[in-house]
Amino acid sequence: MSLAALSTRRIAAGQKRVLPGFGLSMGISVLFISLVLLLPMTGLFGQLAELSLAEYWAIVTEGRVVASYMVTIGAAAVAAMVNAIFGLLLAWVLVRYEFPGKRLLDALMDLPFALPTAVAGITLATLYASSGWMGSILEPLGFQVAYTWVGIALAMAFTSIPFVVRTVQPVLEDMPNEVDEAAMSLGARDGVAFRRVIIPHLWPAIVTGTGLAFVRSLGEFGAIIFIAGNTPYETEITALMIFVKLQEYDYAGASAIASVVLFVSLTLLLAINIWQGRFIRRLHGGKG
Amino acid sequence: MRRIGDAPAVRRVLIGAAVVLSALFLLLPLVAIFAQAFSQGVGVFWGNVSNTYTLHAIALTLGVALFTIPICLVFGVALAWLVTRFSFPGRRLLQTLIDIPFAVSPVVAGLIYLLLYGRNGWVGTWLDSYDIQLMFAWPGILMVTVFVTCPFVARELIPLMQAQGSREEEAAVTLGARGWTLFRRVTLPNIRWALLYGVILTNARAVGEFGAVSVVSGAIRGKTNTLPLHLEQLYQDYNTVGAFASASLLALIALLTLAAKASLEWRASRREAFI
Repeated sequence: MSLAALSTRRIAAGQKRVLPGFGLSMGISVLFISLVLLLPMTGLFGQLAELSLAEYWAIVTEGRVVASYMVTIGAAAVAAMVNAIFGLLLAWVLVRYEFPGKRLLDALMDLPFALPTAVAGITLATLYASSGWMGSILEPLGFQVAYTWVGIALAMAFTSIPFVVRTVQPVLEDMPNEVDEAAMSLGARDGVAFRRVIIPHLWPAIVTGTGLAFVRSLGEFGAIIFIAGNTPYETEITALMIFVKLQEYDYAGASAIASVVLFVSLTLLLAINIWQGRFIRRLHGGKG
Repeated sequence: MRRIGDAPAVRRVLIGAAVVLSALFLLLPLVAIFAQAFSQGVGVFWGNVSNTYTLHAIALTLGVALFTIPICLVFGVALAWLVTRFSFPGRRLLQTLIDIPFAVSPVVAGLIYLLLYGRNGWVGTWLDSYDIQLMFAWPGILMVTVFVTCPFVARELIPLMQAQGSREEEAAVTLGARGWTLFRRVTLPNIRWALLYGVILTNARAVGEFGAVSVVSGAIRGKTNTLPLHLEQLYQDYNTVGAFASASLLALIALLTLAAKASLEWRASRREAFI
């Protein structure tokens, strides 16, 4: 155990706190979390309380809304899978190889987080429309991307690229050299060694990153609405359904759908956090 | 010793695939933004950027970011100090709660604020009797922006402060340093780069927020239109070049954010190399 860990442990066990500011930082944190994160939720529950169970059920299971769940979940799943593979490739290339332009490629990975979603949205819609740079190449080949389901998945994949890359990268960097050496000296071929040695080691990070990408895609709005086409039953995402209800001043309907989205994303977030906690504990040998 | 994937052919194929896919998927959109913005010449670009509505949108967007940053900074530092320097029941819970804005869809975030503070909400009704309107006005935009951006500073600080431990601060306390002096002289020099990066991320997200802001803003031209909402309106009005002129300003902020991150990382790796 390191010295630092020893000293924190001693403080944790001790009766008196050595460092100042416990009350102040606790006060600010709790006040902020209550006011900014938790209090607004009461508005949603207040609105939901005005609905009877039957009314609520009717809203959240209406055909057009259910179709939007299917579109959103399906496209998010495809986007997350694409990102799992693309992210693993990029993390591998960025950690294992040296080549000119590597720093630039590394910096480029964060672009989807830094670029406002509405900017990403109009750009992708313009690029993949039939007159756009990509669309004018793809459409004659029979691939229609803009205003279809594929466009939604594309926009989701764009906004969530960094999740897998940035969760896998540090784990790959910290992987000891001996792992490779052991596999290679036992005569394993590259493909086999990768599948049997590297993938199991990276698995928790890949799952976490893919999970985060999936959650993000479920809620994404700005990047998608421009390229989606927003045809009822076909290319409407759930976030748009909430927006449409709001524009019709149907606050109850918007709240009911929002509660479904909120429940799903908070449950997934909790699951990812628990999974991550277990994986970190395993890495540190039962402590932490 | 040969490592997995070191064969020259494998190397070349993997690097090639990564570079080509990234260029198509990430670099091309970036280039397209500027190409579209300048497609009718610099004069038209300038006309689009300097018209009254765009200038107002820029001012509102920067103003909101300017107020958001200090709020998130105070909260981020307080939370990071709390969860990395003390051990108490509920510590893990606080760290999970702070991730809520990352998981909540921006549209849902805007909606819950609208329900509480809007005309029909219980706080909104009460404020309305004092003639205070928060929604469909700039305070509402600020509130949802704070909601969406509040995890960034804390998220940058917590892993760093956890790794650094509290030995230096404890030593300072035994030497008689108190509260504010301790933070300013001992903690701050250790965390200033992470703090700066947290602020840069907060800013990037604050100027670019779309979903949450579009729910609570009402998007009144020249009043509550932020830059992302403004470019949406232009795009829906088939003024593509105008929309991309505004988009290019936001893309520029994104590029500066990436450059800042790269240079901060380079600084950190150089310092590590010295130790």
